[in-house]
Amino acid sequence: MLAQPSRIVLTLSTWNHQHTRGMATLKSISLRLKSVKNIQKITQSMKMVSAAKYARAERELKLARPFGEGAQAFYKKAEVTAPEDTNSPKLIVAMTSDRGLCGAVHSNVGRVIRNNLQQEGDSTKVVCVGDKSRTILQRVFANNIVLAAKEIGRKVPTFQDAAKTAQAILESGYQFEGGKIVYNRFKSVVSYATSEIPIFSINAIHAAPKLSVYDSLDSDVVQCYTEYSLASLIYYTMKENACSEQSSRMTAMDNASKNAGEMIDKLSLTFNRTRQAVITRELIEIISGASAL
Amino acid sequence: MLLNRIVVRSIGRLLTRSYATESAVAHTRNAGEMAFTFAAPYQVYYNKANVKQIDVPSFSGAFGILPSHVPTLAVLKPGVVTVYEQDGTSKKFFVSSGSVTVNDDSSVQVLAEEAVPLELLDPAAAREALTQAQGNLSRASGEKEKAEAQIAVEVAEALVDASK
Repeated sequence: MLAQPSRIVLTLSTWNHQHTRGMATLKSISLRLKSVKNIQKITQSMKMVSAAKYARAERELKLARPFGEGAQAFYKKAEVTAPEDTNSPKLIVAMTSDRGLCGAVHSNVGRVIRNNLQQEGDSTKVVCVGDKSRTILQRVFANNIVLAAKEIGRKVPTFQDAAKTAQAILESGYQFEGGKIVYNRFKSVVSYATSEIPIFSINAIHAAPKLSVYDSLDSDVVQCYTEYSLASLIYYTMKENACSEQSSRMTAMDNASKNAGEMIDKLSLTFNRTRQAVITRELIEIISGASAL
Repeated sequence: MLLNRIVVRSIGRLLTRSYATESAVAHTRNAGEMAFTFAAPYQVYYNKANVKQIDVPSFSGAFGILPSHVPTLAVLKPGVVTVYEQDGTSKKFFVSSGSVTVNDDSSVQVLAEEAVPLELLDPAAAREALTQAQGNLSRASGEKEKAEAQIAVEVAEALVDASK
């Protein structure tokens, strides 16, 4: 009797082995089975929810893609280039969201930015859109974070959100000569690519080789143009990232449900085996007890 | 004699090579075409389409864009964008703000913040929006609020004009 507790401790830690005492582990196995079944239900429902959100995000992304490509077109056609000087102040916008359980979406963006900051960290500042990028970066690079935006990912991103972000960046007082937005470009349901879109300052535009081709440009127009294109690019990358995130979450939750299913199968087998072993042991005890009489 | 033949043959080969690259270059736009992209954040109306002319309202004046227009940048004013298509029909859209880019390869990007076909505008709702905006302007205090209210009034006035 007194030896029971230690035996229970032993058996719980060695429940995989064949010589375990059945009595104690039967309950633990059934507990574990119940909890894994619950987890499977949860991950399956998360997959359904993110599938619905993904369908909507993909539809809206298709409509937003010409907008985003149009916003980049001027910088490409005018051959605006980033300033050569590596010490010039740069801005990186990390496009992530607040919610996890979506595969490697956030960590990919975080990794790219971390490598960037390790190479030329002193003059670069980061704007974290979404809590996840903030948590990834703030342990080592807390000094480089200039702004953090929260409450991303719950609702569908709108142009209003992008405009607010752009406004906050411009009002933050950080004068940057160049920079980029790091986001996940949506390629298909199963794949996305971590990419960057460059952002240029007014000085970079004025230094562009092909700017003289453009007629009647006063500084007012160029400033309005850069502000609007910053908001447009942020909106476009928000949309792309949202779509990549939903598709990645769908895949992750699908894998989790499959793994949970496998675990349930294995656990059920072990449960039945253990149950039979317990019954056999009881029978043996009864029979040996009866034969002793 | 042999040298002449070799020279002639190599020249002939050079000529054929340059001929091939020339035809590759000629793939870009012909003189009379433009790639017109007209998009709002949630809706795209034209994507690299070839149209005849586009009239845009901008803060530096309303102007029309034809193929081979001089490259320029402009900021959209609240007003009506008219697109004249190749078959002669024209479509009108109301835009609230945005940007216009004309590049040197005759590609035009009109990126509006809000763009809606004119047929969908309701004159009564536009008038109501105008009175509301004017009321807000008179009640506004502080420079930023006044500026925002002024913008709302401008957009509402343009809406009323366009929906008539």
